[in-house]
Amino acid sequence: MSKLLNVSSSPHVRDQVTSQNLMLDVAIAMIPATAYGVYQFGVKAALVLLVSILSCVLSEYVFETLMGKPVTVSDGSALVTGMILGLNMPPAIPLWMPFLGGVFAVIVVKQLYGGLGQNFMNPALAARCFLLISFAGPMTTFTYNDAVVSPTPLAAFKAGQSVDVAAMFIGRIPGTIGEVSVIALLVGAAYLIARKVISIRIPAAYLITFSLFVFIFGQHDLMYVLTHLCGGGIIFGAFFMATDYVTRPVTPKGQIYFGILLGVLTGLFRLFGGSAEGVSYAIIISNILVPLIEKISLPKAFGKEGK
Amino acid sequence: MGLATFKGGIHTYEGKELSENKPVQVLQPKGEMVFPLSQHIGAPAKPLVAAGDQVLVGQKIGEAGGFISACVISSVSGTVKTIEPRMVANGSMVTSIIVENDGKYQEIKGFGKERDPKALSKEEIRDIVKEAGIVGLGGAGFPTHVKLTPKDETKIDTIIVNGAECEPYLTSDYRMMLEEPEGIVKGLNIILQLFDNAKGVIGIEDNKPEAIRLMTELVKDEPRITVCPLKTKYPQGGERSLIYAVTGRKINSSMLPADAGCIVDNVDTVISIYNAVAKTTPLIRRIVTVTGDAIANPQNYNVRTGTNYAELLEASGGFKTEPEKVISGGPMMGQALFNMNIPVTKTSSALTCMSKDEVAINAPTACIRCGRCVNVCPSHVIPQMMMQAAVRSDIDTFVKLDGMECCECGCCAYACPAKLPLTQAFKEMRKTVIASRKKA
Ligand code: SF4
Ligand code: SF4
Repeated sequence: MSKLLNVSSSPHVRDQVTSQNLMLDVAIAMIPATAYGVYQFGVKAALVLLVSILSCVLSEYVFETLMGKPVTVSDGSALVTGMILGLNMPPAIPLWMPFLGGVFAVIVVKQLYGGLGQNFMNPALAARCFLLISFAGPMTTFTYNDAVVSPTPLAAFKAGQSVDVAAMFIGRIPGTIGEVSVIALLVGAAYLIARKVISIRIPAAYLITFSLFVFIFGQHDLMYVLTHLCGGGIIFGAFFMATDYVTRPVTPKGQIYFGILLGVLTGLFRLFGGSAEGVSYAIIISNILVPLIEKISLPKAFGKEGK
Repeated sequence: MGLATFKGGIHTYEGKELSENKPVQVLQPKGEMVFPLSQHIGAPAKPLVAAGDQVLVGQKIGEAGGFISACVISSVSGTVKTIEPRMVANGSMVTSIIVENDGKYQEIKGFGKERDPKALSKEEIRDIVKEAGIVGLGGAGFPTHVKLTPKDETKIDTIIVNGAECEPYLTSDYRMMLEEPEGIVKGLNIILQLFDNAKGVIGIEDNKPEAIRLMTELVKDEPRITVCPLKTKYPQGGERSLIYAVTGRKINSSMLPADAGCIVDNVDTVISIYNAVAKTTPLIRRIVTVTGDAIANPQNYNVRTGTNYAELLEASGGFKTEPEKVISGGPMMGQALFNMNIPVTKTSSALTCMSKDEVAINAPTACIRCGRCVNVCPSHVIPQMMMQAAVRSDIDTFVKLDGMECCECGCCAYACPAKLPLTQAFKEMRKTVIASRKKA
């Protein structure tokens, strides 16, 4: 043998799945919602998405280069953050806002905490909340059918008006670019679950808890529950944001607890809080509690269940 | 659905098609024979011969060095050249008896004599197994006579023959199930003779339908034996996973199978018991699969223990492409070799030669907390957290996270998309913990 053999400790084989594959799968799963958003809201939505993505990817590239760290843009996580951020923006927002959001998400929330895998809040959501607090006006101005400013159906619903649930399901409503079409989101969610990129635990626990909560504390009416499920980005949140690997519990039981917590918090915010939405804040707050949830949800090792 | 199995585990590329249809060939050694005195778990054996002595096939040349230890038997006849440290598969140097093979294969008196196991007492059987140097041939190398001597033999109700062969690439057990199925049934009956309250179960993964069919056919008139098809999944043949799949009982790292009323023996071990008891043939050979995409002609060999690995390679036509990694055993739990000048021992199941080293190609990146390691872990621990502890060398946290329950199966490291060396780190941590416990 002319060449030296490689020696390392077993196992000597690796699955083909890489972190990059997983991130790309998440990005692919958001394509239906993205496409619908662009179809419905037009070019300005496309621009918002483009700016968010570029801002996130460039921030990561520039920061890591300046800090002399290995550049990890190719792992796809900045792309995913950019997409989620863009999809969380109202279509008519001034373009400097998604830009600022991207910088905040990647540099402040992710990189300053040590980069991929180290941040404790979902970067895109933290950036969204930051923008919501700083620029409440433009962040909550929703337009539909070009120019007409209108409240989201959930806000209208909260104010006591009747809404068209079928339109909400398809997405013919004002809202953020990515949250409006429940059907497009569910297609992407099915893809993620079928590809085993995410497990059903968090979305299921979240949506079931939330439904029970609004049924019990809201109106004892299934249509009422359905309207809540189809509005305010809860589907987007449950499948694409609450399942973010880095900021959800890694323990299987913890994921159920996490979902339940999200359901309760979102229900509380929607029924008893000021805003009609509540998903983003519920997720961010639950993100912060993840270490605690993990601590109380450690599994029992095989063969030690009884002890 | 419905097949017996466990929770967790992985589906890898199996690689068994390379050698599964190759009948076992007898390979006679050419060069010197090396018999390490430690090829089992427990105390090393004590040499019974010295340089210059003549030895015969079947002669005991190493005496068990304690209760948990095993005898070493010469597989050839010839002259003892020397006793010196030699390298074994795991890279360590082990005191070994070196025998110059005279090529005559003269056997020790009584070798090969037929015996009726039914006429033997339990004590006699245990003694024969011990004197035959039989250990777990599946890889662990635990002395078989110790396994067959549990504290309370009336509590043993299930003898499991491990025919799962879940490790990728390996086909030696499969070949034995096809070629010597009677030996398995007879060997199992001998074990059952020791345990009056036990039934025998032969567990086989369902990727070996031919073996399942054949064994089922053979045991249909055996009142105490059944065949249990298992779901094909690594590590189905791991002791804990197998016991759970067959009996629904769970054992942890500080328990023995006997604590769950079970004794688990690998297919080839059971055949060896049969050979020793019914044919007065101690453990002098084993079945080795020579395989991998770098091997010209993958094969299954019946090899005398002590044969040099290089001879196996040569017999298989050498490398057809330059190997990057050569493994003693399979890719999930085998030992990577940097040198092929090592002997086949009782626990050598395979020589796997790969033209690509997937470990070297995949550089580790940051953990993304995806939880894949958690999903595949058959020990139901949280490898992701154990890794954080391991990186900080935080032994306390590692132990609190039940890191000692890790069976080092390698599933987490296989599944990790960030290609982190999880299992590797856990092995180090476990070694450290075990060492510090011994000191205390
Ligand atoms: S599989 Fe790897 S990347 Fe995923 S959580 Fe486990 S250690 Fe982290
Ligand atoms: S190597 Fe250990 S931690 Fe990893 S999957 Fe196997 S048992 Fe679990």
